[in-house]
Order: sequence, then C-alpha cells, then structure tokens
Amino acid sequence: MYNETVMKEFASPQNVGAMPDANGVGQAGNESCGDVMKIYIKVVDDVIVETSFLTFGCAAAIATSSMATTMIKGKTIAEALKLTNKQVVKKLDGLPAQKIHCSVMAEEAVQAAINDYKSKVKKSN
Amino acid sequence: MNKSNQQKLQRVYLDHSATTPLDPTVLATMLPYFGDTFGNADSVHYFGRQAAAAVDTARRTIASLIGAKHSEIFFTSGGTEANNWVIKRVPYAKQDKGNHIIVAAIEHPSIISATKQMEDDGYKVTYVPVDSKGIVDPDTIQKAITDKTVLISVMLANNEIGSIQPVAEIAKIAKKHGIAMHSDAIQAIGSVEVNVGKLGVDFLTLSAHKIYGPKGIGCLYIRGGQKIGKFIVGGHQERTYRGGTTNVPGIVGFAKALEIAVRDMEKNSTKLAELRDYFVSEILKRIEHITYNGHPTKRLPHNTNFTFDFVEGESLIMSLDLDGIACSSGSACSSGSLTPSHVILAIGVPEEKAQGSIRFSLGKSTTKTQLDYTIDKIVKRVDKLREMSPLFKQFTDGKKLI
Repeated sequence: MYNETVMKEFASPQNVGAMPDANGVGQAGNESCGDVMKIYIKVVDDVIVETSFLTFGCAAAIATSSMATTMIKGKTIAEALKLTNKQVVKKLDGLPAQKIHCSVMAEEAVQAAINDYKSKVKKSN
Repeated sequence: MNKSNQQKLQRVYLDHSATTPLDPTVLATMLPYFGDTFGNADSVHYFGRQAAAAVDTARRTIASLIGAKHSEIFFTSGGTEANNWVIKRVPYAKQDKGNHIIVAAIEHPSIISATKQMEDDGYKVTYVPVDSKGIVDPDTIQKAITDKTVLISVMLANNEIGSIQPVAEIAKIAKKHGIAMHSDAIQAIGSVEVNVGKLGVDFLTLSAHKIYGPKGIGCLYIRGGQKIGKFIVGGHQERTYRGGTTNVPGIVGFAKALEIAVRDMEKNSTKLAELRDYFVSEILKRIEHITYNGHPTKRLPHNTNFTFDFVEGESLIMSLDLDGIACSSGSACSSGSLTPSHVILAIGVPEEKAQGSIRFSLGKSTTKTQLDYTIDKIVKRVDKLREMSPLFKQFTDGKKLI
C-alpha cells in the first residue's frame, strides 16, 4: 500500500514533538475524522528557522507531517505559504488515493501555523 | 532500514482471524489433485470418476463433522459467497411470506454489504444491536420479528472481538415463528463446537482458510427441505444449486483441514486461551489508557482486541509491522476504508477512540516467546505514537493543570 519513501519517513519521522517557543501553531483535522495534525513553527526575520509536529493519524499522516515540516524549514513564510499538498505527495513519491487527504491536512496545518504567526505579529505591532 | 536488518527481523504472525497458513498435512492431501488426479468431477470417464469420488468422500467427512447429511453440504468459493447466497436468495425463495431480514449489527461485511444491497432492492432489514461486550440478546431478536420476517442471520462468533453469540437460543425463536435461521460459523469452527442439529440452524457458512485449509473454498449447509434460490448458475454442479467446475483440491483440503480442526479443537483451544490470557493480562498491566474489547469469557480462545487511547490504529499496525509483527484493525476486509469498525462502534466505543482498535489473533504456532517479544514492542510503539499524538499531549497538559 505505501511505497518505500513513505515507509522510511514513517519509520523515522523528523521534527517530532511540541515546540514550547514556537511563534506559530496550526492545526488541521479533528478527532472524529481520525486525524489531527498540529504544526509548530519558529519564525525569525520572516524565515522559518525551526519546525515540529504532533500528529494523531495513520502512517501517511505521520509521513506527510514529517515531510511537510522538513520542506518548509529554512523557507521564508511567503515561500512556505506556497507549499501545496501535491508538492508533499511528489516528495513522498506518491500516496495511495485514499490517503491524499493527509497531504491536504499538512498543507492546511502549515498555512494555519503561518497565519497564526502573522496574526500574532499584527497584534504585537 | 537496510536489507540485512530486514532479513534478521523476527516475524510474528498474530492475524490468524484474517487467514491461517496452510497445514502441511492438508497440502499433502491436496497435491495429488493438482497432479495426476486432475479430472473434472462432472466427467463420466475414469479421470472424472476419480475426482468425483474424492469430492464425495470430502463432502461426507465435512457433513459428519458438523452433524449434517452429505446432501446438505453445498461447496462455494468461500465464506463471502455462501453468506451472499443466503442473504440474497433465501428472501427471494420466501417472498410470498414477506420481505424482512434480521441480522446482528456486528455481522461480517459479507453479510452487511449483502443486506445493504437488499435494502436497495426494497427489502427491509433490521440490524439488531449488541451489548457492550458484543453479545446479541435473543430478546431483541424476538422483539424485531414481524409477520414479514423471512430470515434471521446471526454469526456464531464475531471476527473482530471474538464474542460468541447465543445462536441456539435465537434459532429456537426463529423456529417458533417459522423463520429461516442462518449462522456464519467461519470464525467459530475449530474453536467451539459446531453442530447444526444442536444449533438448530437451517443454514450455516464455513470457510477453509481460517482453519489452516486452502483459500477459495467454503460451503453452505442447507438443511434438507429448506427453500433457497440459486445464486451462481451454470452447469449441474452441486445438484444444480451452484454452477462452476468443482474445486477438487480445495474441497479435499477443506475436508482435511476441518478433520484436524475438530480433532484438535479442545487441545488447541485450551493452549490458546492460556496464551491469550497471559498476553491480555500483560498488556493491561503495562499500558495505561486502554480498553480490552469484547466478552471476558464468551469469546474465541485466540482472539484479543484492544482500544489504545490517543493512538490511531493504522499507525500502530504499521509500526508493529516494522518490528515484524502482523496484526490488524479488526477486519482485513475493511482495512483501507477510512471509517472505524462497525463492530467496535456497535459495542459503544466512541468514534474518535474506535480508530485505535487493534486485533491480535493467535494461532496454533504462536509461542509465549513470540508474545513476550510482541508485548515489549507494543509497549514501545504505543509510547512512541503517544509522544507524537496531540491528543495525548492535550490529555497530559490537562492533567497537569488539575
């Protein structure tokens, strides 16, 4: 069902854990749909310097969380906002059709985290 | 993970309710029918007669092992076909009487999917609920009966949580009302006694591959005189009731597998129940926030099913797969679907928790050493996934606040 890249990412996920000093946190999904993805980012001078995630979900959800948080690390928030689920799927060499929604969640969680950061910056200004 | 690591990986198969390995004795019994004795059982010549004789012997063996007459055994391609046959063609044969079917809410997808189709075709179906331990109350069946009810189908033992159903009691109720009674005994056979006379059923489904027999063969027991329409038609096989060239090696293997399963039932069940109880007590001792699903005693000896809070089922299955352990989220037939198990929901586990339900089903070759390895890995993997779970963090953060 899963290809080797997905299994590798799932077996040794990167960026796992909550980030106490994050300045942007985004969540996608909900308990009843079976997946909850929470992405933490730390932004310095518009650049995402650190990322992490907490995910309750299937192997694909964990693999996409790991991959998405890796992909946006070092990017400016403008660049990271352009991250699409298709890019994450491509980087994972594909996902089974019924698991594509996991990559959509990753895209949504990244955007939510960036928007959370932006709204905080706005408030403090 | 490199190749040498994978080769060293210990493999522990704990998914015997999905399928079992073929018993070597069964294979040996089958092999001649893949070789020289290859004839079509319907051919009149020597080759055909040899095949027909083997099928006849197998049919008599199977019949006698479940207390049936040989003329009451109809071979099918497996349990799914036999279940579909009953659900779709018994009501058809009894359409003068009514159009209502009663099944348990925890039936296998081969029953539930068939009843859904019947609903699409205008039939009325009642899905009788179960209690929190997964057992059907015969009284609820009694209450569901209307003057239009033509068929009741309740499995003898559930495939996900192993709960054993009071089929004999339900069959008595069915008989009193003149309603046909079917039971899917696929999971039960080999673990509990299956005797069609004692159970009082009119129809019963069996499958070979759950009892160390081959895949692709099963049967439907049809009590003499019971009405059922034909499902798969073709030639004159199975007394015209089931067309298709006879699966001779499958049938021969099925009979051998059933013979062994019934012969060794008591010995295997005792051993499996001991191992199972050890496994369950260790898991419950070592892991917090966990529910053991199903009935404590009215249960198949090799079945365990747990709900691990804050952990999603598939990710645990895939994690354990990395450790060489094979288990499942209940029904292999429904994995790949995104909805939680209808059985786990039926026993009252809330939807968000139902995602974390896992079945470990033991088998003849399961050892205590394998289980100890598995227990250790489950503890570690659950810990790791909980560390990754935002729901677990929410829970522990909440606890800290209090």
